Amino acid sequence: MARTPSELVRAEPGPPFEITVDGRAITALPGQSIAAALWCAGVLAWRSTRGGGRPRGAFCGIGQCYDCLATVNGEPNRRACLVPARPGDAITTQEGHGRAGLGV
Amino acid sequence: MGDSSDVIVVGAGVVGAACAYYATRSGLSVTVIDRGPVAGGTTGAGEGNLLVSDKEPGPELELALLSTRLWRELAEPLPLQIEYEAKGGLVVASDPAGMDTLRELARGQEKAGVLAEEIPADRLAELEPHLAPDLAGGFHYPQDAQVQPALAAAHLLRASDARIRLGEEVTGILTATTGEVTGVRTATGTVHAPHVVNATGTWGGELAQRAGTELPVLPRRGFVLVTEPLPRVVRHKVYAADYVRDVASDSAALQTSPVVEGTPAGPVLIGASRERVGFDRTLSVEALRRLAAQATALFPVLAGVRAVRAYAGFRPYLPDHLPAIGRDPRVPGLLHACGHEGAGIGLAPATGALIAGMLSGGPLPLDPAPFSPARFVGGAAP
Ligand SMILES: Cc1cc2nc3c(=O)[nH]c(=O)nc-3n(C[C@H](O)[C@H](O)[C@H](O)COP(=O)(O)OP(=O)(O)OC[C@H]3O[C@@H](n4cnc5c(N)ncnc54)[C@H](O)[C@@H]3O)c2cc1C
Ligand code: FES
Repeated sequence: MARTPSELVRAEPGPPFEITVDGRAITALPGQSIAAALWCAGVLAWRSTRGGGRPRGAFCGIGQCYDCLATVNGEPNRRACLVPARPGDAITTQEGHGRAGLGV
Repeated sequence: MGDSSDVIVVGAGVVGAACAYYATRSGLSVTVIDRGPVAGGTTGAGEGNLLVSDKEPGPELELALLSTRLWRELAEPLPLQIEYEAKGGLVVASDPAGMDTLRELARGQEKAGVLAEEIPADRLAELEPHLAPDLAGGFHYPQDAQVQPALAAAHLLRASDARIRLGEEVTGILTATTGEVTGVRTATGTVHAPHVVNATGTWGGELAQRAGTELPVLPRRGFVLVTEPLPRVVRHKVYAADYVRDVASDSAALQTSPVVEGTPAGPVLIGASRERVGFDRTLSVEALRRLAAQATALFPVLAGVRAVRAYAGFRPYLPDHLPAIGRDPRVPGLLHACGHEGAGIGLAPATGALIAGMLSGGPLPLDPAPFSPARFVGGAAP
C-alpha cells in the first residue's frame, strides 16, 4: 500500500470532519488545506478558465500560481492551497472569474 | 553593412516603436536600440488610455486628436492582441460647481474638434450601472479609447521593418568633426546612422547629456492598483473632474484622483497618483490607500473585490507639460521624441508621424513648433 505523507511524519491528526464540494460531502482533516482535502477525495479540478473554460486545480500548492482558485462559502477566488478546511465549508466549482453576477 | 541604417531610434517603448513604424513606412531603414526589453520602461507601467477628454485646448489636444485618428487606423493592420477598444470616456462631477468646470472645458474642446456630450445625473446609470448614485452629472467623450500598451508597442515594432537590438545601452553619440551625428556608441560596439532619435522617455535628459545637449525631463511617479479579474463592471474609462486639474498641476507633492477602467483581460485598473520623488520605487501605502478609497467612492461595487497587485511607473515630465518632438538645435542629426508625461501611449502615433515627416522631408501632419526642443536648449531649431 502507498504510504501517505501523514504516515511518513507519524502525524496524529484530530478527528476528521465534513466539507462539501458542489453539495457532495467529503472528509477533511484538521490542518488540511482545502486543496489537500479535495485531492484526498480524488477531486483534481474545481475551476474552469475564463477564456477557454478548461479545467484547473492545484498546480504549485504554495500560493504562487493562482491556478487553484475556488469559491469558498460563497466567496470567489480563494486560493484552495492556502485556505485551511473548516467543518462545514462549502466549496463550489468556480466558472471563470466567479463574479458573473457583477457583469453589466 | 549590418551596423548602419538611415535612422537609429534609441528606446523601444511605445514612442520609439511608433517612430520606427512611421519612419520605415516612409522608406527609411531604421535600427531600434534599447538597453532593456521592448516596453520595459514606462510603456510597460502605464494604463493605455488614448484620451482627448483630459486635455485643454492647445497643441497637446491637437496632437491627441491626430493620434486618436492614427490609433484607429493602426488598429486595423495590427493584431487584436493590442486590445484596442473604442470604449469612450466618462468624466463625472460630484457637485454642481464641478459640472460647471466640466461644461467650460467641454465648450473649449468642442471648438477644437472634440466630441463631448453632457450626461445629466439621472442618465449616468444608463452608461455606467455601478456608478455611485449621488453624482452631479458628467460628460461622455466617444473619441476616448484604450490599448494594452506593452502589446501595442511590441506589435507596432514588429509591424515596422526596423532592425531591433535589445539589451544594449547607448552610452554615447558619435559625431563627425563638423558636429553632425554619425551614429551611437553602445556597451558592445558602434552603430552608424546620420540621424538619431531620442525616444528614451523618462531617461531622455540622460541621453541628451550623453549627446552633449540638454533636456529637462523629470520622473513623475504613478501607481496603479489592479483588481482580480472581473466581468465587465466598468464600461468606459471613468474618472473624476479633479483628474484634469491634477494632470495640469506643477506640484511635486502626492496628488490622487480616481481613474477607473476595465480591461479585456478582466482586471479593473485603478489610478491615478502623481508625485515627483525621483526614481524611487518604494511602495507608497498612502498612495494606494487613497486610490482604493477614491475608486470605491466612485464605484461602490469595488469595495467587495480584491486588489491583487499594484505597480508603479515614472512618467516622463517636462516642465511645460508638452513633449519634446523635433530636432535638437545643438546637435545636427539628433531628434528628440520624449517627455510625453502621462499621455505617451495616446500621443505616440502622432509623434512617430511627425518624426518620420521630419526625417524624410515629407509633409508634416501638424505644426510641430510648440513641441520644438529648442524651447529648452535656447536658440532656434534648424
Ligand atoms: C501609472 C501610469 C499610468 C499611465 N497611464 C497612461 C495612459 O493611460 N495613457 C497614456 O497615454 N499614457 C499613460 N502613461 C504614460 C505613458 O506610459 C508614457 O508617457 C509612455 O509610456 C512613454 O513612452 P516612451 O516610449 O517615451 O518611454 P518608455 O516606455 O519609458 O521607453 C523608453 C525606453 O528607452 C530605453 N532607454 C533609456 N535610456 C536608454 C539608453 N541610454 N540606451 C538604450 N535604451 C535606453 C528604456 O529602457 C525604455 O525602454 C502612464 C504612466 C504611468 C506611470
Ligand atoms: S496551487 Fe498555486 S496558488 Fe494554489
